[in-house]
Amino acid sequence: MENEEPRIGVFVCECGVNIGGYLDTQAVADYALTLPNVVHTKVNKFTCADSGQAEIQAGIKEHNLNRVVVASCTPRTHEPTFRACCKEAGVNPYQFEFVNIRDQCSWIHMWDWEGATAKAKDLVRMGVARSRLLEPLKESSVPVDQNVLVIGAGVAGMQAAIDFGDMGYNVYLVEKGPSIGGRMARFDKVFPTNDCSICILGPKMVEVARNKNINIMTYSEVVDVGGFVGNFEATVLHKPRYLDTDICTGCGSCQEVCPVELPSEFNENFGTRKAIYIPFPQAVPMRAVLDKDNCIGCKACEKACEAGAIRYDQEPIYEKLKVGVITVAVGMAAFDPLPHNNYGYGLYDNVITTMEFERLLNAAGPTGGHVVRPSDAVEPITVGFINCVGSRDVNENVYCSGGVCCMFSIKNAQLLKEKRPETNHFVFYMDIRATMRGFEEAYNRARDLGVKFIRGKPVEITEKENGNIVVRAEDTLKGEIVNVELDLLVLGTGLVPNEGINEMGAILKLPRSADGFLTELHPKLAPVDTTTDGVFVAGCAAGPRDIAYATAHGSATAGRATRLLSVGSAPIMGITARIDEDKCVVCGVCVDKCPYGVFEIVGTNGDRRINVVEALCKGCGTCVTACPTGALEQSHFKNDQVLAQVRNVFQYGGE
Amino acid sequence: MAEATATETTNEEWQPKIVMFCCNWCSYGGADSAGMGRFQQPPTVRVIRVMCSGRMDPVFILNAFLEGADGVLFSGCHIGDCHYVNGNYKATIKYKFLKAMVNELGLEDERLKLDWISASEGERYAQVVTEFTEQIKKVGPSPLKPEGVI
Repeated sequence: MENEEPRIGVFVCECGVNIGGYLDTQAVADYALTLPNVVHTKVNKFTCADSGQAEIQAGIKEHNLNRVVVASCTPRTHEPTFRACCKEAGVNPYQFEFVNIRDQCSWIHMWDWEGATAKAKDLVRMGVARSRLLEPLKESSVPVDQNVLVIGAGVAGMQAAIDFGDMGYNVYLVEKGPSIGGRMARFDKVFPTNDCSICILGPKMVEVARNKNINIMTYSEVVDVGGFVGNFEATVLHKPRYLDTDICTGCGSCQEVCPVELPSEFNENFGTRKAIYIPFPQAVPMRAVLDKDNCIGCKACEKACEAGAIRYDQEPIYEKLKVGVITVAVGMAAFDPLPHNNYGYGLYDNVITTMEFERLLNAAGPTGGHVVRPSDAVEPITVGFINCVGSRDVNENVYCSGGVCCMFSIKNAQLLKEKRPETNHFVFYMDIRATMRGFEEAYNRARDLGVKFIRGKPVEITEKENGNIVVRAEDTLKGEIVNVELDLLVLGTGLVPNEGINEMGAILKLPRSADGFLTELHPKLAPVDTTTDGVFVAGCAAGPRDIAYATAHGSATAGRATRLLSVGSAPIMGITARIDEDKCVVCGVCVDKCPYGVFEIVGTNGDRRINVVEALCKGCGTCVTACPTGALEQSHFKNDQVLAQVRNVFQYGGE
Repeated sequence: MAEATATETTNEEWQPKIVMFCCNWCSYGGADSAGMGRFQQPPTVRVIRVMCSGRMDPVFILNAFLEGADGVLFSGCHIGDCHYVNGNYKATIKYKFLKAMVNELGLEDERLKLDWISASEGERYAQVVTEFTEQIKKVGPSPLKPEGVI
């Protein structure tokens, strides 16, 4: 098969008018037929459609093709389609070559018919030259471990864990904080239906705790992940809680006696917690945690603990877990307006953020649900909300936080208005993005209640002597400048990547997008897959989204991952590194260059050789360029295969 | 007779021919995004896809010049964003070496350029191609170009 004379078929796609409208596809096909080893060409209206694929398969049979070149769109989306089509008709999928004449010709040279056509011919010539040298490759597979790791126990991670657990897989649910629940546990009510956040989240948290297949690991962090799809080894750091969680009953008598008061993170630093504390009233697991950095060592908690659970000498524990698939759901953070004092935050007492407002509004919050302003603890009458704080702003983040901030400002204004009808509310906005189901109705409800919406971005915030805040803005709908005096100003801070996302990206080898969130494999067609096989991403780790979206994401990762778990094996790409032992001098350069540990030197003295662990190879090919003797080659991207393209960029005019 | 290229048919200003190496995950994705966003650019660039900028062998780039490339662009993920952890960092080492080699070959510095383009930077991709094309137009056709190639 390998020594067979190449018989190449070239299929040129018109992609409707996407290609055919901007360059001469027939001329490209006719030109292809003049190239060596090309025995068949065809122009298809849509090569990727059923009819187009049938034309490829018919061409393979009729002309006995052993190589196929498709000149159409991008291999990043369509390579698997055409590979499968070739395979079905008996051509090795790795003897298929993709030429991109849409994204690289017709769409970017829309008004240069000749230029685009000439370039398409060049690209086809390069593709055909490479195709001639392509070798058949076999895909291998590896077994998939039946345990699952879910990183992050916010609503997305919890949903993923529940779904995995319900399907019978053993789940390790690792959460950095002392309780599961994530951000959602801190909200008061959630839009658009305004149900009480903890009332709907609490039962889900209990469901996680009850699920026999879920091992909850709170106050723990994933610090390293090695291995590959189906065979990951994760190292989890269990931070010391300084108490025996098996004995602790969560009675809270320790926090009653602890003399150290600190700002409460759960309450956004309004109110206090003790140095030893229960994270929040609905925490799962309901166990205390000792903040050793702030503990004064008085041992009052030890005396108060009837169960005798306190352990001051606890050490961090590192645990290794073997898992087959990973869901990463590390969530988001709210934009911090403090460093730049956006809209006077940090300068004026009565400018607070939405998350702070949520805690004030919450009946279980530091003020028992009474919204008061920080300067004098008086309940405000006139409250303003500014949207897009830290979002849609070239000085901060250019992206929109997905309508989440629009909706929580609408919701919060509405909630306070319902609670205290005597209050007045102004929402300063650029555009209201109430896009999902029920959002528009929630917006209308707020307007019907009397919440005033002013379209304009505030330009100046000043503080009066009585602590009131004056917002100066242009009402762009009326075309006039307005000055609104407020008792309290709430900043609708956008969503930003969570702390530690860079480290998590590095641990799992996941790229990040320009906005700083993790990148999914494809934004539309593979929204929870990632570029690392066996690793899936859920919730706000991959961009701003609301609770419904995050929950759906969590379930989606479980579904996608179960494809691997239920089959029990995962395919390994054929584009891995290969070694020619006759040329290898065991210098070990590849051992250092490979970030995945594919190469290891085995044997001693005269018997030394490089062992290649193919399953670890991700197919970057960096080792090939580093190898000084030319012993290494990357399958499918061999030196002569790439050079064939280089040597066919040009042609001799007289040929 | 081979097909006429844009250079001949338009018979206007000289159009250089540039070889561009893209990594699969970022810069090739950037090229896709440029297409998706219809960011127009001169038809001067011929893209060769490899999986990682770390795979870009100096041999490929020197060969491109020997074949007649007026310029060579090579591109990968931004530093810190490499799909393969740090292949792009290794590419920078090769770039430094290649810069010196390009001079040895008697070519101008401006003919070789390394630039990072992420998969979301379609507009920037078009900008890099356009600017590099302008730069090469100023330097003129490569003195290494074998006679008669188009």
